[in-house]
Amino acid sequence: MRAAMMQLLRDLLRTLRDSVRDLMPIALVVAFFQSFVVRAPLPDLGGLIAGALLVVVGLTLFVRGLEMGLFPIGETMAYGFARKGSVTWLLLFGFALGFGTTIAEPALIAVADEAAAVAAQGQAISTSEAAQRSYAYGLRLTVALSVGAAVVLGVVRILKGWPIQWFIMVGYLLVVAMTAIAPPEIIGIAYDSGGVTTSTVTVPLVTALGVGLAQSIRGRNPLLDGFGLIAFASLTPMIFVMAYGMLIG
Amino acid sequence: MNVLEPLVHALVNTVFDVLPIAAILLGFQLVVLRRPIPQLKRTLIGFGYVLMGLALFLAGLEKVLFPIGRLMAKSLTDPAFLGTAAATWRDYGWVYAFAAAIGFATTVAEPALIAVSIKASEVSGGTITVWGLRTAVAIGVAIGIALGAFRIVTGTPLHWYIIAGYVVVIIQTFFAPRMIIPLAYDSGGVTTSTVTVPLVAALGLGLATNVPGRSPLIDGFGLIAFASLFPVMSVMGYAQLGEWRTRRATRARLARAMQD
Repeated sequence: MRAAMMQLLRDLLRTLRDSVRDLMPIALVVAFFQSFVVRAPLPDLGGLIAGALLVVVGLTLFVRGLEMGLFPIGETMAYGFARKGSVTWLLLFGFALGFGTTIAEPALIAVADEAAAVAAQGQAISTSEAAQRSYAYGLRLTVALSVGAAVVLGVVRILKGWPIQWFIMVGYLLVVAMTAIAPPEIIGIAYDSGGVTTSTVTVPLVTALGVGLAQSIRGRNPLLDGFGLIAFASLTPMIFVMAYGMLIG
Repeated sequence: MNVLEPLVHALVNTVFDVLPIAAILLGFQLVVLRRPIPQLKRTLIGFGYVLMGLALFLAGLEKVLFPIGRLMAKSLTDPAFLGTAAATWRDYGWVYAFAAAIGFATTVAEPALIAVSIKASEVSGGTITVWGLRTAVAIGVAIGIALGAFRIVTGTPLHWYIIAGYVVVIIQTFFAPRMIIPLAYDSGGVTTSTVTVPLVAALGLGLATNVPGRSPLIDGFGLIAFASLFPVMSVMGYAQLGEWRTRRATRARLARAMQD
């Protein structure tokens, strides 16, 4: 029992070190600019430090919790579905995985709330809290649907062994075409949502699905065919969010 | 009290954020695969960590990452700091410098990028080095965010930059080594981490709020789009450079061998 506790503590400390390492470069750059360029002390330094502690502890627990519970199950299942089972279940699982991981993505939650606040300020939506919350939630649902669709498309590509660049080029063309017809105030948010979706939760699980799939099919190269799901997952949200902007606009 | 209340509020919201992924994984495991959950207790503890962690992170975010982004945007665009009330895009040099520094610093230490770099160096047989690739991506992100800041300051339309970037990516795709292409496309997505995204988003919105004549709604977003497009170019560019150097070295060796 004691040994198990020690192990748990050690794991937590290791994850804590990783979170600090994530935040450190930001702290250094901000400290440098404040002291040598702006030459002013940071206002409310205590609040900032308290916030930084919350972020570090929060990220540590979050990542450690994922590693303990969801990642092992998710990875085993991704490999399991990739190796056997019907194509229908594989595609269904791919969609659910993309959708579920994106809804839980912390960066997306943060940016969707910020986007709703900005849209309310700019009078694109009503300023009431309910309207903002439903806008932010709609945005997240749209992005999650698009990532689900991206994983399905990516899995089909891996199964067929089609080269990735044709899909990316068609995707780029769709983005350009949508940009021409979408309302201008959604374009920035749409373009950003591509990069926002793929971080802590989505990348490990989706990559496991892609690499597992490429390994289990004879004649596929894990590097050439296994990667690329993330690229799809960062392209489709742009298209879907612009469509969302057209629907609510 | 006013510390605890938002925390409880955040915790309740978090349950709804994490529920779908938990339900999906458990549902598929129990219903489709019909297998019990391995190490049920450990999984439940992990689930508790995820809830607590996400709630704390989101609460901290409002207190540090958003304010820092806004604050830096405000102080670096302050007319008193710039020394002129009618600033043109040339007067915002420190804004671009800060944007580039944040982009470089957060990317070079990114764990996902380190993992990808190790894999890429193994596959390329040494023409791509781990440090070379990490530097290439970090420079890509730095240029991306700095250029994005320049775009906000000048108020030029985002889509022209992105479309131009797409054209470059497509041209590079035809010339880059085939092995690197999926990796390069993916590297755009993995470089923007959970900590970087909120800060950079707040920086962009802060710039658009403070630079005269800009609207947060039209001009404030787009920095993350830049940060995820430029690494695609820099990774393919770096692989092309590596290939070119190998070819040149081989040719030089051949020439020497001919002379002997």
